[in-house]
Amino acid sequence: MIELSHIYKTFRVSRRNAGFREALKALVRREVTLVHALEDVSFTIGEGEMVGYIGPNGAGKSSTVKIISGILTPDSGECRINGRVPWKDRARHVQDIGVVFGQRSQLWWDVPVIDSFSLLRDIYRVPDAAYRQTLRQLTERLNLSELLSTPVRQLSLGQRMRCEIAAALLHRPRILLLDEPTIGLDALSKIAVRRFIQELHRETGMTVLLTTHDMQDIEALTQRVLLIGKGRILLDGTLAEWKARRAPHKILRLDYAGGPLRPAEGLWVVKDDLGHAQVRVDLTRQTVPQAIAALCAQVEVRDLSVEEPSVDELVAALYREFEI
Amino acid sequence: MKKYASFFRIRFIAGLQYRAAAWAGIATQFAWGMLTVLMYWAFYQTAPQRFPMRFSQLSSYLWMQQALLAMFMPWFFDSEILLSISSGSVAYELCRPCDLYAMWFVKNMAARLSRTALRCLPILLVAAVIGPPFGLSPPPDFLCGALFLLSAALGFLVLVAYSMLIYLSVFHTLSPTGVRALSTSVVEFLSGAVVPLSFFPEALQPFVYALPFASMQNAPFEIYIGRIDPFQALGVLALQAAWLAALTALGRKLMKRSLRRVVIQGG
Repeated sequence: MIELSHIYKTFRVSRRNAGFREALKALVRREVTLVHALEDVSFTIGEGEMVGYIGPNGAGKSSTVKIISGILTPDSGECRINGRVPWKDRARHVQDIGVVFGQRSQLWWDVPVIDSFSLLRDIYRVPDAAYRQTLRQLTERLNLSELLSTPVRQLSLGQRMRCEIAAALLHRPRILLLDEPTIGLDALSKIAVRRFIQELHRETGMTVLLTTHDMQDIEALTQRVLLIGKGRILLDGTLAEWKARRAPHKILRLDYAGGPLRPAEGLWVVKDDLGHAQVRVDLTRQTVPQAIAALCAQVEVRDLSVEEPSVDELVAALYREFEI
Repeated sequence: MKKYASFFRIRFIAGLQYRAAAWAGIATQFAWGMLTVLMYWAFYQTAPQRFPMRFSQLSSYLWMQQALLAMFMPWFFDSEILLSISSGSVAYELCRPCDLYAMWFVKNMAARLSRTALRCLPILLVAAVIGPPFGLSPPPDFLCGALFLLSAALGFLVLVAYSMLIYLSVFHTLSPTGVRALSTSVVEFLSGAVVPLSFFPEALQPFVYALPFASMQNAPFEIYIGRIDPFQALGVLALQAAWLAALTALGRKLMKRSLRRVVIQGG
C-alpha cells in the first residue's frame, strides 16, 4: 500500500549565464533558482496493484520514486508505505521494498553474481532456507543458472538486468519499484523482462510501481497509469480511458501513384512524401471504407494498411495537450 | 554484525583479483625502499650522531613502511565510493537496511587490507633476509612487537576514519579531486610518509606528534623499532584511541547531516 498526499519537493539549482563577466560575478554571488520538482503530488496505490508511472524527462518521476524508497525527504506532505514513513523508519521500510534502478547497478562489478546475492542475503538477514528457495525460483524463471558464476563485468546488459531484478527480489519485498527496467535492452530481453514481471505480479500479488519511457512496457504490464508533468499528477486512469478522451480515429498508410493527395471531409494528411502517405481518419465523420473509397477516387492506390493509433502517439498528444 | 562481515569479505575478494598490479607494486616498493635506505645511508656516513635513531632502526622503519604501504597510504581512496556519490548509485546503498557509515568504513578497510595481504609478505621476507643494518630487524623484544600490532591496528582505523571525512566532502563538492590532492599532501607530510616524524625540527615535534596524522603510521613504526619504549607506548595508544573516537564521531555526525539534505544525482 503506497499513499502519498500533498507531497512538495523543491531543489535549489545555482546557475549563471555564459561569458567571462558572468563567471566572475558568480564568484561573489551565486544566483539560485528554485526548481519545483513535485507540487502537491497525491496518489494511492493499493496492495497488489501494478501501476505505470509516466511523464517526460524532468517531470518528477524519479523524485517520487526516491521519496517512496526513502532516499529523499520531501519538503512537506505525507507519505506512508505499508503504514510507515519511509525516511523516518528507514531500516524497517527498506526490508519491505525491492528497487531496480535501470540506469544503475547494485551488483559488484568484479565478482561473480552469486557473491553479490549472498551479500544481499546477509544484508537483509534472509534465513538460509528461504534464500535457497527464492534463489532457485528466480534462477529458473529468469534463466540465471549460467550467469550466477560469471563476474558481472562479463555480462551483457540484458543478462545483467535479469540479475538486477533477481537481486531486488531476494528478500521477498512486498513492494517492487522499477525505475526504467527495460532501458537499453534489446527486443528479446525486453520481452523476457516484461513476461517475468507479469508472472511475478500474477503469482505473488506484489505491489508494483513501474516508471518508464517505453509505452510498450505500459501496454504490456499495467492497467492503471499515472501521468506526471511539471511536478503535478495530471491524469490517473487506464490507457483505454485516455484513448477515449480523444476523438476516435485510425491511421491509413498508403503507397500511391498520381495525385496530388488532398485532404477531404474527416481526412487529415499527416505525412506525404514520394508516394508514401499517412492519413488520419476521424471516425466520427467518416468510416474507414468511405475514407478508402475517397482516397481511391483521388489517386491510384497501390498498397494500403489500416492501423490503430499507437500508445506513443497517444502519450505524445497528451504531453502536447498539457504542455509538458 | 554478520552483514558487515560479508561486506568485508566481498570487498576483500574483489581486491584480491588484481594480482598483476600487486606484483608491479611489490617491485616498485622494493626498489623505492632500497633507494630510500641507501639515500639515508649516505647522510649517515657524514654525521651519524646527528640523527635521532640508529641506522638499523631507520631501515626497519622504512621497510615496515613499504611492506604496509597499502594499509597506510594516504592517497588511496576507494574509487567505487567516490563514483557512487557523484554518479548517484549511492541510491542503492541508501535503500539497504544498513548503516552507511559502517558499510563504507568496512569497505575501505577491506580494500586496503586485501592490497596489503597481496603485497606485504614478499617485502617483509626479502627485507628480513637482508637483515640489519640495511634490511629489517626484529623488534627489540616481544612486548614491543605486541604493542606494535595493537598500535598498527589503531593507526589503520584512524586513517580510515579520516578518509571517511574526505568521502563525505564529495556529497557537497561532487568532485573529489581538489580535497583529495590537498588532503593527500598534508597527510603524507604530517604522518611520516615522506620523512619519519622524529626527523622534524625539535620545536615542531610536540605539535606534530599531537596531530591525528601522527597516530596513523608513525606511531606503530616507532613502537616497532623501539624508539618509543613500552611505557610511553601506552600513552601513544591512548592518544590513537582518542583520535579514532573523535574522527568517527565527527564522521558520523557529518554523514547524518549530509544524508538529511542529500540529493541523489541523476534522473
